[in-house]
Amino acid sequence: MPPTPPVAGSPAFDATRAWALHPQVSLRPESFGALAYHFGTRRLSFLKSRTLLAVVESLADQPSGYEACRAAGVAPTELEAYTRALAALADSGMICERAAS
Amino acid sequence: MTLVAGGSAGAEATPQAVEQSLQRHSAPTGRLVERFERGLEAPICLTWELTYACNLACVHCLSSSGRRDPRELSTDECRALIDEFERMQIFYVNIGGGEPTVRSDFWELVEYATEHHVGVKFSTNGSRITTAVAERLASSEYVDVQISLDGATPAINDAVRGEGSFDTAVTAMGRLADAGFVGFKVSVVATRHNVGQLDGFKELADRYGAQLRLTRLRPAGRGAEVWDELHPTAEQQRELYDWLVVHGEQVLTGDSFFHLAGYGESLPGLNLCGAGRVVCLVDPVGDVYACPFAIHDEFLAGNVRGAGGFTDVWRRSDLFDELRRPQSAGACGSCGEYDACRGGCMAAKFFTGLPLDGPDPECVLGHGEEALERRGTSEAPRPSLDHSLHPRRRTGAAGRPGDPGDSRPGAAGHLGPVAVALLPRRPDRACDESPLAASGPGPVGPSAGTAGHRPH
Repeated sequence: MPPTPPVAGSPAFDATRAWALHPQVSLRPESFGALAYHFGTRRLSFLKSRTLLAVVESLADQPSGYEACRAAGVAPTELEAYTRALAALADSGMICERAAS
Repeated sequence: MTLVAGGSAGAEATPQAVEQSLQRHSAPTGRLVERFERGLEAPICLTWELTYACNLACVHCLSSSGRRDPRELSTDECRALIDEFERMQIFYVNIGGGEPTVRSDFWELVEYATEHHVGVKFSTNGSRITTAVAERLASSEYVDVQISLDGATPAINDAVRGEGSFDTAVTAMGRLADAGFVGFKVSVVATRHNVGQLDGFKELADRYGAQLRLTRLRPAGRGAEVWDELHPTAEQQRELYDWLVVHGEQVLTGDSFFHLAGYGESLPGLNLCGAGRVVCLVDPVGDVYACPFAIHDEFLAGNVRGAGGFTDVWRRSDLFDELRRPQSAGACGSCGEYDACRGGCMAAKFFTGLPLDGPDPECVLGHGEEALERRGTSEAPRPSLDHSLHPRRRTGAAGRPGDPGDSRPGAAGHLGPVAVALLPRRPDRACDESPLAASGPGPVGPSAGTAGHRPH
């Protein structure tokens, strides 16, 4: 069966909210960062830094996207780039919003 | 800085397989590609030929299939291998053959794989896609199907794949479409006889809600015997390239055509030879080769039945280690197009008897043709294996099955010994059959605009 296309026009990413890896996504660490594979959409994404991998892995335990970046050691000057990366992952359904804990 | 590549929601919301994800990184994501060239923890695209048994006898079969090999992996061994794929997080495998569906445990293995987080795309001639099977496939989220077709009309297709094979394939496509399976693949090998039908293939695929996949004819397996006669002419290569420039975003190519990049702009995809780096092949008896087009002892890295299993072969074999080291441009080093085509396809050179560090036999600047002439009468390496139902002695190098003669220039040495000087260096890029070797329209994420690689 064909994969489900992501919903077109996904809502804007909000880094102040709580996020998590989509339950159908697997992460495979690699020297350059990680591969992320979505079993539902069959999309493959490349996370191009180990820090971004750490950010994504910490999403579920942090109250917001920003907090996940800080917890993974993202410097304030890099915050914008990492937020954009998270937005891209949200846009392709790799991460999704969760209820704040 | 782009921190994420591929997988973007992109322009179109069409279903995407891994191949398409890779294809969508079409742009020079330089550093990421360099990382790929040094190898990954596990392949992105793994092709697994489940059996050499086949009910067809296509003249260009890459694996010279026909008869089942008695040493074929057992059901238990296949399951153990799937377990290993799961542990290595190989998310997706391309199953082929032979005709994989002739294995009595085929559906059981597909189910086992998907239950263990290993998605499956399988290639078939369509002969076993009944209405019931089509319905089952349409309801499975983790299985994708690829129907092989080498002509947009029965005459062109059946000349290569056998009498009645066009109808069989189209019947299967109809059943999949009727069952509601959107986005299955129709896979075409581009030949001298079908390059003029590219629009026809596209229309055919569109009519059934399928996606066209177009790959390069490789001189591997039985393909080595018909390559001279079937590979596109220089003019047709240009036609093919121009067509792909226009339609490349909607058509999968498994990164097949990076050797055409010398014409100008790169086609969508990684433009990377993935052999032993992001791609490999596991054959029916568990032998691991660098890529699906290189079933030959020269490119055999090990066997999954060895003590360390597949993991050990992938991570520690001498062959793969060598392929992941920086490669020499060799005779192509002084060519201004080398950075674009990277010397072309390793397997295509090998099976036409050309040095691995020289031009591809289909080099767009004509250096390959010159090299073939210089090669003269020495015969190209023969495939190490032949499971054909009716093996034929190879005469010269090419010639259509049944053709007594050999029209290839310089092919005077019929039945001569294999005497080809192989250089130790391998080209920088191998091809890949992978569905994953590259992706497309742009990277996602911060500073989009960098992406652009293209494998599978």
